[in-house]
Amino acid sequence: MQKLPKWADVVLIPVINLLLAFLISGLVILAIGKDPVVAIKTMVQGSFGDTRAWGYTLYYATNFMFTGLAVAVAFHARMFNIGGEGQATLGGLGVALVALSIDWPHWALALPAAMIGGAVFGAAWAFIPAYLQAKRGSHVVITTIMFNYISASLLGYLLVNVLKEKGNMAAETPSFPPGASLPTFSEMLEPLGIAFNKNAPANVSFLIAVLACYLVWVLIWRTRLGFAIRAYGHSETAARYAGISPTKIIIVSMLISGALAGLMAINNVMGESERLILNSVEGAGFIGIAVALMGRSHPLGVFLASLLFGFLYQGGAELALWESIPRELVVVIQALVILFTGALDNMVRAPVEKLFLSFRRRAA
Amino acid sequence: MQDVTDTGRQETAAPAIELRGISKAFGPVQANKDISISVARGAIHGIVGENGAGKSTLMSILYGFYKADAGEIYIGGQKTPIPDSQAAIRAGIGMVHQHFKLVENFTVLENVVLGAEDGARLRPSLAKARKLLTELAREYELNVDPDALIENLSVGHQQRVEILKALYRQADILILDEPTGVLTPAEADHLFRILRNLRNEGKTIILITHKLREIMNVTDTVSVMRRGEMKGTIRTKDTSPEDLAERMVGRKVLLRVDKTPCKPAAKVLEVENLQVTDEKGVERLRGISLEVRAGEILGIAGVSGNGQSELLEVLGGFQTASGSIRLNGQEIDLTGRHSDGQSRRESGIAHVPEDRQSEGLIMDFTAWENIAFGYHNDQKYNKNSLLMDNAAIRTDTEAKMERFDVRPPNPWLQAKNFSGGNQQKIVLAREIERNPDLLLVGQPTRGVDIGAIEFIHQQIVALRDQGKAILLVSVELEEILSLSDRIAVMFDGQIMGERLPDDTDEKELGLLMAGMNGKAA
Repeated sequence: MQKLPKWADVVLIPVINLLLAFLISGLVILAIGKDPVVAIKTMVQGSFGDTRAWGYTLYYATNFMFTGLAVAVAFHARMFNIGGEGQATLGGLGVALVALSIDWPHWALALPAAMIGGAVFGAAWAFIPAYLQAKRGSHVVITTIMFNYISASLLGYLLVNVLKEKGNMAAETPSFPPGASLPTFSEMLEPLGIAFNKNAPANVSFLIAVLACYLVWVLIWRTRLGFAIRAYGHSETAARYAGISPTKIIIVSMLISGALAGLMAINNVMGESERLILNSVEGAGFIGIAVALMGRSHPLGVFLASLLFGFLYQGGAELALWESIPRELVVVIQALVILFTGALDNMVRAPVEKLFLSFRRRAA
Repeated sequence: MQDVTDTGRQETAAPAIELRGISKAFGPVQANKDISISVARGAIHGIVGENGAGKSTLMSILYGFYKADAGEIYIGGQKTPIPDSQAAIRAGIGMVHQHFKLVENFTVLENVVLGAEDGARLRPSLAKARKLLTELAREYELNVDPDALIENLSVGHQQRVEILKALYRQADILILDEPTGVLTPAEADHLFRILRNLRNEGKTIILITHKLREIMNVTDTVSVMRRGEMKGTIRTKDTSPEDLAERMVGRKVLLRVDKTPCKPAAKVLEVENLQVTDEKGVERLRGISLEVRAGEILGIAGVSGNGQSELLEVLGGFQTASGSIRLNGQEIDLTGRHSDGQSRRESGIAHVPEDRQSEGLIMDFTAWENIAFGYHNDQKYNKNSLLMDNAAIRTDTEAKMERFDVRPPNPWLQAKNFSGGNQQKIVLAREIERNPDLLLVGQPTRGVDIGAIEFIHQQIVALRDQGKAILLVSVELEEILSLSDRIAVMFDGQIMGERLPDDTDEKELGLLMAGMNGKAA
């Protein structure tokens, strides 16, 4: 019945896609007169070579897990939420307001409160496009991308006019109280006797992100709501026949999606910069789209794709730093990966399917 | 060469079409296996077979949509490769698709000329087409107003435009794919008259249909296909519907439903003055009143698009309406506030929707997910207030699949991988085993193979015999006549009249379906 065995679909094809992307990237690097072997070594070394490298890779991966999950959940309801950037920006605002609200005695209290703050703000930012889609038919792709711009302007206004400390030249909030500082990997692993680089930004949020992956899996494949979301995503007419309300599914799935994107702020705002700055999301909302596409909207896929993009991000930064390969080229490599794993999927799929069929026929 | 006696060839001239050894595989599926047929010039040739027997594939090869893996096509004795549909048109083949390919906001004339213009200027082509249309109308009863917009034409007339398009392109061979699916019996009769006229003028016609009665009625020869293979070609006058059905399925088939007289009991469903207006402001239901009693099947006949779908949607809870519906004496909300598929199910209405592929099933879901679909809030499918009990659903699915003989009985298979009949069995298993007070059934056997039709009809009658009320909507008059205990005919959102199946016939129902009141209702 199925054209491909599952393992080929889930593992083989993405790996071939990746190799192709890297192959072309290598050619591009060659074209600008650099050595691709040195480049890939630098990238791998820079992202997995030591605990500092791991600390950065996992830090980026944490961001992408949240935004990737956000896109994935909406995608199961056939909603294309490309507003992760804006929702994560607003999530940052929520996290900052919570963190600055009182002098937190301990991070274990501050974290849950900040999570609520980030999730609520992110969800609220997603609610407006969701409502407009459900009630007025305004397409979320259009509205969420507009909301990305609005969020950037809104945050700029708030930081400059409301949240900035008097006398500070930079548009940023004051630093969060020490009680709201999240434990880094180094602090978490020290009691276990494992040495981890002290400056690496990876923190306890990574564990929250992994937990979020699991919870999203439970939501989508084990709960009635997930069942209804998937049903609506596959067929609206069938969902209506079954008595599943499209309005409810659109709004609820977008709220969950926005909350997940908003949660990202516990990593970058609370865990890393420990204050709210302009453009703290740094495009992670958009990377989330690529992550969800590559991970086929499955939490495990999102987890793996996040690690890959964490590697590309961190390795790319190293490449720019040490090999005088321009930063733009790193973006080219990321774009190639997105192109091959997302858009050109069928290019590899068709021949692989044919290959499998011919094997099967010979075996039969 | 093929043995000539079997092909029903009557003339000495080369056959209009001859296919030799056509094979076509889609991946592991062999859609056509070494198929050879020959159709005499000036004959109406029927091709019958169950869904998936390979009829459409064969015709698509002939019309250049698919390329055959092996085999040859001869047109008028000449070997003719047909790589695309342009080549088919050049070879004199015209095709009338099941779903018309017309531009809605163009006139008849413009549609006929479209794609076959003589030059950059439109006017000469249009004039030529107008002249031809007048001739054709006179010769073959193919009359259509050349200046009418397609969107204003009835389905029957639209079909004539499709035929005219083919004739304008000088087709000698006309292929019609399930042409009567959307026609009233009167329109179908008219179509058959046109086809006979065309045949008498020397055109060759290939008719693909699953309606055996039409085959008997109009064709000269008929080929039967089963599972991608040609099971022989016979002269129509030498066969019977029972014989054809047996050849199609490979075993004896009961065409008529065996059922005991009905014993209607208490009123289950009472519908009064139901009205629906769609978003465009068109009245879809214009005051429908009917009732269904326990232990009876009320059949709703009518050409599709006359409000039957809206009636089912209102009863099924996903369309708002004004008027009143009572179930077992209890008023049901129609405004949409407390009215959805969920609340209808809770009140005891089960619904086998008209379109199982877009409504009744989620094609990408597995069989077990589809068994829970619509009932996913049910207690027995849930562990607690949060988590579903997937294992329980799968156990239940296995049991249901066995009782309804769903093949293959694999709960993990996606709905799209089942045949039409087995998909329908999944929907029926889900809805019937709810033990509903009222079962709504729309087009229960559309796209379902003959073997499964028998089973599905038996299940519906069995539910009636348990004393349940059943509302059956079908565009197949035969099905309505053989299943119903009472028949209501719908036309233009109204009920034209009610008849008892024993006191009426297809002719009278056909008149009602066309909006003409035969007797006083």
